[in-house]
Amino acid sequence: MYKIGLIVNPIAGMGGRVGLKGTDGWKILQKAKSLGAISLSPKRTTDALEPLLLIKDNLKLITCPGDMGENETISCGFSPDIINGIKSKETTFADTRKAARVIRDCGVDLLLFAGGDGTARDIFIAIGMTLPVIGIPTGVKIHSAVFASSPSKAGELSLLYLQKKISKLKEVEVMDINEQAFRNGIVKAMLFGYLKIPYKRRCLQAGKLGSSPSEEIIQQAIAEDIVENMNDDFLYIKGPGSTTRAIMEKLGLSCTLLGVDVVYKKEVIGLDLSESELLKLVNKKKAKLIITPIGGQGYIFGRGNQQLSPQVIRKVKRENIIIIATNNKIISLKGSPLLVDTGDLSLDKELNGYAQIVTNYHERTAYRIKF
Amino acid sequence: MKTKLRNYHAVRWDEPIIYQLNRSGERAILVPEVGEKITESVGDGISSIPESMRRKNVSQLPSLSQPQVLRHFLRLSQENLGADLNIDIGQGTCTMKYNPKINEQFANSEKVTEMHPYQDESTSQGLLEIMYKTEQLFKEISGLDRFSMHPGGGAHGIYTISSIIRAYHKSRGEEDTRNEIITTIFSHPADAAAPKVKGYKIIIIYPDENGFPDIEALKKVVSERTAALLITNPEDTGIYNSKIAEFTKIVHDFGGLCGYDQANANGLLGITRAKEANFDLSFFNLHKTFSSPHGCGGPASGVIGVTNKLSKFLPVPVVDYDKKNSQYFLDYDRPDSIGKVKDFYGVMPVILRAYAWIMSLGAEGLREVSNVAILNNNYTMKKILELRGVSMAFPEHKQRIEQVRYSWEKLTKETGIKTEDIQRRIFDFGTHYWTSHEPWLIPEPFTIEPSESYSKDDIDEFIAILGQIVKEAYEEPEKLKNAPYKSSIHHIDHDTLDDLLKWAITWRAYKKKYNGYFQHK
Repeated sequence: MYKIGLIVNPIAGMGGRVGLKGTDGWKILQKAKSLGAISLSPKRTTDALEPLLLIKDNLKLITCPGDMGENETISCGFSPDIINGIKSKETTFADTRKAARVIRDCGVDLLLFAGGDGTARDIFIAIGMTLPVIGIPTGVKIHSAVFASSPSKAGELSLLYLQKKISKLKEVEVMDINEQAFRNGIVKAMLFGYLKIPYKRRCLQAGKLGSSPSEEIIQQAIAEDIVENMNDDFLYIKGPGSTTRAIMEKLGLSCTLLGVDVVYKKEVIGLDLSESELLKLVNKKKAKLIITPIGGQGYIFGRGNQQLSPQVIRKVKRENIIIIATNNKIISLKGSPLLVDTGDLSLDKELNGYAQIVTNYHERTAYRIKF
Repeated sequence: MKTKLRNYHAVRWDEPIIYQLNRSGERAILVPEVGEKITESVGDGISSIPESMRRKNVSQLPSLSQPQVLRHFLRLSQENLGADLNIDIGQGTCTMKYNPKINEQFANSEKVTEMHPYQDESTSQGLLEIMYKTEQLFKEISGLDRFSMHPGGGAHGIYTISSIIRAYHKSRGEEDTRNEIITTIFSHPADAAAPKVKGYKIIIIYPDENGFPDIEALKKVVSERTAALLITNPEDTGIYNSKIAEFTKIVHDFGGLCGYDQANANGLLGITRAKEANFDLSFFNLHKTFSSPHGCGGPASGVIGVTNKLSKFLPVPVVDYDKKNSQYFLDYDRPDSIGKVKDFYGVMPVILRAYAWIMSLGAEGLREVSNVAILNNNYTMKKILELRGVSMAFPEHKQRIEQVRYSWEKLTKETGIKTEDIQRRIFDFGTHYWTSHEPWLIPEPFTIEPSESYSKDDIDEFIAILGQIVKEAYEEPEKLKNAPYKSSIHHIDHDTLDDLLKWAITWRAYKKKYNGYFQHK
C-alpha cells in the first residue's frame, strides 16, 4: 500500500490574479477577496491528483480537513484519511506547519503540497528534509525549485516516486521574496532552507535552479579544486548552500547548510558564526571567503548570508573572495550578472566587475558582477 | 503551393539485442579444423602467444545462424531514420548533408581496403599522394602552413592541438607557468574538455548582450598564464564573431597561442580563413563538412593545421614529397614532434572522400557550397521565425552563417509544450530534430542547419511539419505529450542516463547492473 500526504494552501495564488503579488497575511487576503479573487488551489490540486487515480485502490491518502485537502481529494474520487487538530476553514500558516508534522508522523512516503513559496517555507520550517516532498504550483510566487513545472507534472512525479520508478532525491532551495518589497517593485528572494524532492529530469521548475542530475558530481569536482588549492596560512570562511557544503564533506568536516562556518588548516574552528564572531577571526588572520550565488537571481551577498557584512567582506578583501557555482546555476541566471547588495553602496561598487567563478575542477567561468 | 505532409509510418520490429537472440549451439559458420601440414609448419597458432595474453574463458559472443544475423541487422537498419532517408536539417550543429555515393565507392575500392599501413612506401604511393595533396588543399582552405591527418575526430583534433600548444610553451621554458586555456561557452564543449585532459585549467567566457563572446571578459582573464585561446567561430548560434581578429590580438599580446575550432566551417569555405584572423592552429572535421556522414554515421577525421613556427611539433609521421626521386614518403625524422596521437597516419577512407569531394568542386565549387548553405539557412530562418511561439537567440543578428539556435520559450509559456515534446512528435512525420544543446543557455532550444544539400522543397516540407506541430501545440497539446505514434519506438526514458548505477553501454555492463542493481532494489 502506497502512503502519501497532501496539504493544500487554499488561499495560495489568490493575490496574483488581482495584482497583489502574493497572499501572505490576513489583510492582503481580505483585500484579495474584496477584489474578487478566487482560489486556484482546488482546481490545480485535483489536476495534480488525477495521475494518482491509476493507483487509487492501492493508495492511502492522508490529508487535512475541508479546503486544505479533504474537499479536493474527495472531489477527485479518493477516500482520504483526515488528520485531527486542523481547522476546516480560515486556516493560517500555523495549520500548514502543524499538518506537515502530523502527516510526516503518520509515516507517509511522500508529502504533496499545493501553494507557493510561502507554503514551501512553512513546510521547510515544519519538517525540513525529513521527508521527500513535491510542490504543486498554485501560488503567486514560485521561486523555489521544489515545485513541479505544472500541477499534472507534480502528480506524474509523485506516481513515479511511489512506484519506485525514480528513487533519486535532490536537495533544492526554498526561496521566498519579501512581499511588501515586491509590491513596491523590488524583488528580494532570500534563501530559507532546503527540501528534498524526487528528481526527474525536466519535471521541475526550470531556470530557478540548476537541475542537472550530475549536479552533485560537479559540486564534488568544485570541492576537489578548492581543497587542492587550500593554503594553511588562510582561514576559510564557508558561506551557506549545498555547493559550499560539498567542500566540508570533501574535508570530512561537519558544517551547517544555512550558516557561515570557518575552517583553518582543514579543521573546523567555528560553525554557524555571527558577524561579530567572524570579525573577531578575520581581524586576527588572513581569510578567504567561499560563497555561491543564491537561487536563480544570482545574489552573492545580501540574500540569506547577512553575517557576511560589509565589514567582514572588506577585511577579507575582494581578491580573497572565491565564488563557486555549477554551470547549471550560472545558466539559470539567463545571462543576468551576479548581484551584490551588501548594504554598503561603495562596497557594492568595488565588487563590480568580472569574477572568475569556479565552475568545475580546474575550470573557471568569467562572469560579470553588478550591484 | 502548399506543402502536403506525408502520411508516414516507421517500421517497428521490436527487435531484441543480439545477445538476447543467442541460441547455444547455433552457428553462422563452421570453421574447418586446421590441416595437419599447416599445424606441422606453424604450430597450433596459440602457444606462440604469451600466456598472459591468452584468454582464460571462451568469449561470450552470441551464437546465431546466418539468416538470423542478416534478419537482425536488416530490421535494425529499417528502424533507423538515416541521413539518406530523411530531410536531415533538424540535426543542427552536425552539418548533415548529402555525401556523394561515388566517393563511397572510391573508399570501398579494394585499392584502399586491401592496403596495409605497414606496406612498403614504394607500394603505397597512390594513397600517400592523396594524403599529401589533401594537405595542400587544406593549406589553401585555411591559409595555414602544415597539416596533420592523424586525429580520428574533432575532439581528438583539439586534443592534438592542446599537445602542440604544450610542446610550444615547453620549448620556450614556459610549460609550467602557462597553464590556462580560454574558451567560450558557445564554443564546442571539446574546446574545454580536451585541453583539460591535457592538464590545462579552463576559463570560460560567456556572451555579451550582443551575442558575441564577451571581449571585456577576455581582457580581464588573459594573462601570462594564458597558454592559448581555443574558440569556435561561428559558434553554434550561427553568429559570426566579426571581432575575432581582436580576440587573437589580445591573446597574442600576452604570448598565448590561438586555436581555431573549424567544425562549423561549412558556411565559410572560400570566404574566410584562419590565417587572416591570425590563428596559429586550427582543425577541420573531414566528416560532416567534407563528404563523410556525421552523427555516428561513420569514422571521423579531425585534421589539424598549424603555422610554420609550430609545424615541427606535428605528430609523426608527416607525408612529404621527394622531388628528386619523385616519391612520396613518411617522414619520421622530426625530433620536436609531440609523437603519436593515433596508430598509423589518419583515417584513410575519410581522407579519400574529402579529397575526392574537394577536387570535384574546385575552389569556386567550395565557395558555392558555403554560399548555398548560408542562403538555405537564412531562408529557413525567415520561415521558421514566422511560426507562432518561436524566437531566436540574439535576434539583432539578422544574418546568420550556416545554422541558427532557436527557442520555443514563448510556445512553452503559452502551451506547456517543450522542445522535447516537439522532438518526439516530429518523428511522426518521418524526420527528426535533436535537442542536444547543452548547456541550455537558450531556453527550450532547437538548432536547425539546412546545409547546401537541401532543396527549397525539402526545407519547405520541414517547415510545414514544424508548422503543423505548432498548430497542434496550441490546439491539442495532449497529442504532443503522448507522441510519437508512428515511430519505431516510443518515448525513451532518459532518466537512467542520469544514474551511474543504471546506464549501460555494453552488454556486459547491462548484465552486471540489471542482474545486480535492480534485483536488489
